[in-house]
Amino acid sequence: MSAQIFAFYLFAVSCVAGGLFTVIARNPVHSVLWLILSFLSAAGLFILLGAEFVAMLLIIVYVGAVAVLFLFVVMMLDVDFAELKAEMARYMPLALLIGVVILMQLAMAFGVWTTAEGVTLADRPDAIAGGGDHNTDALGRILYDKYFLAFQLSGLVLLVAMVGAIVLTLRHRDYVKRQDALQQIYRDPAVAMEIKDVKSGQGL
Amino acid sequence: MIGLEHYLIVAATLFVIGIFGIFLNRKNIIILLMSIELMLLAVNINLVAFSAYLGDLTGQVFTLFVLTVAAAEAAIGLAILVCFFRNRGTIDVEDVNVMKG
Repeated sequence: MSAQIFAFYLFAVSCVAGGLFTVIARNPVHSVLWLILSFLSAAGLFILLGAEFVAMLLIIVYVGAVAVLFLFVVMMLDVDFAELKAEMARYMPLALLIGVVILMQLAMAFGVWTTAEGVTLADRPDAIAGGGDHNTDALGRILYDKYFLAFQLSGLVLLVAMVGAIVLTLRHRDYVKRQDALQQIYRDPAVAMEIKDVKSGQGL
Repeated sequence: MIGLEHYLIVAATLFVIGIFGIFLNRKNIIILLMSIELMLLAVNINLVAFSAYLGDLTGQVFTLFVLTVAAAEAAIGLAILVCFFRNRGTIDVEDVNVMKG
């Protein structure tokens, strides 16, 4: 049990620290790396809660796709980040004020929070509530049964995002030569070639 | 013993850090997008924690949907960013006034 508590505090502290350094790091590449640490720690927290499937999905989708996408864009764009960071100190008091205010509001809401009648919080996390052998099994049962339409629609959201991203970033550059298969197929030897009758000793 | 409250405190802290980051990095839209990802992660932690302690898997299903939307949002946001950088040569958010909004 003490190992579990230790793991929770380890993951919680590294999650929060990763988030904090993401927003205050000078170098955006470091920001992305801190973000990855935060995601991995959150995946650890999910495993402590028994939600293995979401934890693995978090690692695959966030760390494997989203964070790498951020890394690509940060490295691809030639931006002067020092100039952008220079004004960070100017916004610091306002940002701290708003952060502290929202944190106090959340703490006040947390202080008066009680569970409703008839709702009991379990002592320990229960990951297979929907039936099934393990968390992934239970999640699959509920996802492909009760939330099937929403699942399909979320696939549609991804499709639209993919098409949108391609449409936004694709550009045709005129100076790049590309193969045009149709043009090659419909090329006519009669037009493309010319046979000349060269007289001997004269040349063309 | 680790209870629900512990997870809620972590999620609340992460959410506030996300908001803090949005106000701190007013100019750098990449960090801004990362802050939004942090806030969505905080929401996910809340959903999974409540799902686990209430014994109801619906929270984890919604985490999947939040994850989907977050991935789509990051892809579209970064595509717009790349487009904007090609046209203007900067990613300063305060220069975004083409539409006079």
